[in-house]
Amino acid sequence: MPTIFSKETYLYWYELMQLIRQFEMMAEEKYKMEGKIRGFFHAYVGQEAIAAGCMTATKPEDLFITAYRDHGLAIAKGVSVNSCMAELYGKATGNAKGKGGSMHFFGKSVNFYGGHGIVGAQIGTGAGLAFAEQYRGTDNVVLCFFGDGAARQGIMHEIFNLAMLWKLPVIFICENNNYAMGTSVERTSNVIDIYKLADAYEMPADAVDGMTAEEVHESVTRAVKRAREKGGPTLLEMKTYRYKGHSISDPGKYRSKDELEEYKGRDPIQRLLKNIYDNKFATEEQIKNIDARVEQAVAESVKFAEESPFPDDDEVLKDVYVDPHYPFIVD
Amino acid sequence: MARQIAYREALREAMVEEMRRDERVFLMGEEVAEYNGAYKVSQGMLAEFGPRRVIDTPISELGFTGIGVGAAQNGLRPIIEFMTWNFANLALDQILNTASKMLAMSGGQISCPIVFRGPSGSAGQLGAQHSTAYENIYANIPGLKVVSPSNGYDAKGLLKQSIRYEEDPVIFMESEVSYGDKSEVPEEEYYIELGKADIKKQGSDVTIVSFNKMMKVAMAAASELEKEDISAEVIDLRTVRPLDWMTILESVKKTNRLVIVEEQWPFGCVSSEITYQIQKEGFDYLDAPIRRITAADAPLHYAPNLVALALPDVPRTVKLVKDVMYLNK
Repeated sequence: MPTIFSKETYLYWYELMQLIRQFEMMAEEKYKMEGKIRGFFHAYVGQEAIAAGCMTATKPEDLFITAYRDHGLAIAKGVSVNSCMAELYGKATGNAKGKGGSMHFFGKSVNFYGGHGIVGAQIGTGAGLAFAEQYRGTDNVVLCFFGDGAARQGIMHEIFNLAMLWKLPVIFICENNNYAMGTSVERTSNVIDIYKLADAYEMPADAVDGMTAEEVHESVTRAVKRAREKGGPTLLEMKTYRYKGHSISDPGKYRSKDELEEYKGRDPIQRLLKNIYDNKFATEEQIKNIDARVEQAVAESVKFAEESPFPDDDEVLKDVYVDPHYPFIVD
Repeated sequence: MARQIAYREALREAMVEEMRRDERVFLMGEEVAEYNGAYKVSQGMLAEFGPRRVIDTPISELGFTGIGVGAAQNGLRPIIEFMTWNFANLALDQILNTASKMLAMSGGQISCPIVFRGPSGSAGQLGAQHSTAYENIYANIPGLKVVSPSNGYDAKGLLKQSIRYEEDPVIFMESEVSYGDKSEVPEEEYYIELGKADIKKQGSDVTIVSFNKMMKVAMAAASELEKEDISAEVIDLRTVRPLDWMTILESVKKTNRLVIVEEQWPFGCVSSEITYQIQKEGFDYLDAPIRRITAADAPLHYAPNLVALALPDVPRTVKLVKDVMYLNK
């Protein structure tokens, strides 16, 4: 289908989405086959179009914050793939020095504020990041991501109220992949259209096809414009799907194979690729070159992670206080 | 004569002085602005700083604490007022899981310079849900500092220090029943370093350690004991985390006896930690077991006699001191 987006945009989206997917596939292999990655691990596979569309709808100064399914958004925002893989390996060269792990990626220098493990808690922090931008009078906005599970937490409702009351420059992006761990959206509330929850606070809201980067980009662009012009927050419910379980240890028995296959038939990367070919933005040869570049970057990240050292033993009591003289209790 | 002002005025001066100095500092909480503070701590601050920096919130502790925590991570220096720490339970996730852990989780990238303040502990017959003392609970959490001053002079210096110089999240605990207490507070600016206990009364026979409003009990007990020629040294912790147990140890080396008076529940409280440190580092200096008075191991009931029974008081403190001196028959 014809498109208003440029060739450059499409190729950027494609490479980013492939990078995220191949990173996740490789990391999962290193977890399952070689045991080199441990802990809770939540893959972004299937949801890549959201990260891609959000990137082209924002500028580098805008801040991103998300929950524990954070690898894709960190990579999109510019946290290096090497430092992401190293973080999964628990190495000192990780983006959080090996102290965060899969759920706690950070990249302050590229305005990626994590990586948070308590469902919904980052909605409060994200609104606070936006409060600071408003207080300083910048035109930066915050993209605050959360899942459908978080829509049932009290903090989301408190923050929706406060963000509307103070017209904070924040865009709430609910990545609705239809399952809060193993509980489908239908089983968590009488209200299954999450975007409608914004109505109670008279907050603008939209339901968006989160499987297409184009739709994500357009909806986020509208919301960002509103926020930059001091119009306050927006809730965007991105309908998406995760191909993998909630976490690496989840076999996903609560959903059918047919359902999974149906979504894979709407794969965001394959749809994007079709548009690229339809619009003659790239040849198969050029796409192969991108794929090779992605493959190499991921392979390099594994090498980097494996060759990096674990944190020094004396890191146990570092980064707990900014205060360099804090007298820890050591028995 | 030196200037005497109330505890609440000392707190207000600390906030006002730091807000005049630093544009990044703001005050947020329930009734802090138009109502002039539930306990009048922030009286007049809206008039001086306006609604951008003195901000009323709805009754939404989890929400506005989250806003503060996020704002602190993004370059501001918030003061979040809780009408009482009893209400902060609703916000504990933001304090414990986000504010205290952010620096560690981010490998040192993202700090959270924020002051959470408000009254802790009992304040008369307020019933079980408005009467808990929380210092020990927060003192258990790495990443936080916990301040609990007993008087206006200390409160002002410690609060100014917390707002201006502390880059880590500070839990600042006051007391409803102390807000009207007057103390000498100089006109000149001063700061008090966190983590330093203060010897409020010199003595030689026994060491009494306390903090916050239980210092009133400790000091009154020391006066009673003085009448019987028993010389008590009284130490005011001022900061609970980090705990200045070296000052306690030095005192115990002199007195060889230690009594601790606090308003916390007894299991895993401030006296538990002091007792552990002193028995470990000062075992050979002790002439008697370390003893303590805490709040009763129960929610605080409403009836006046039950309130009195549940909280530390002067007669029982005096008796406990005599116990460790083996003076009771």
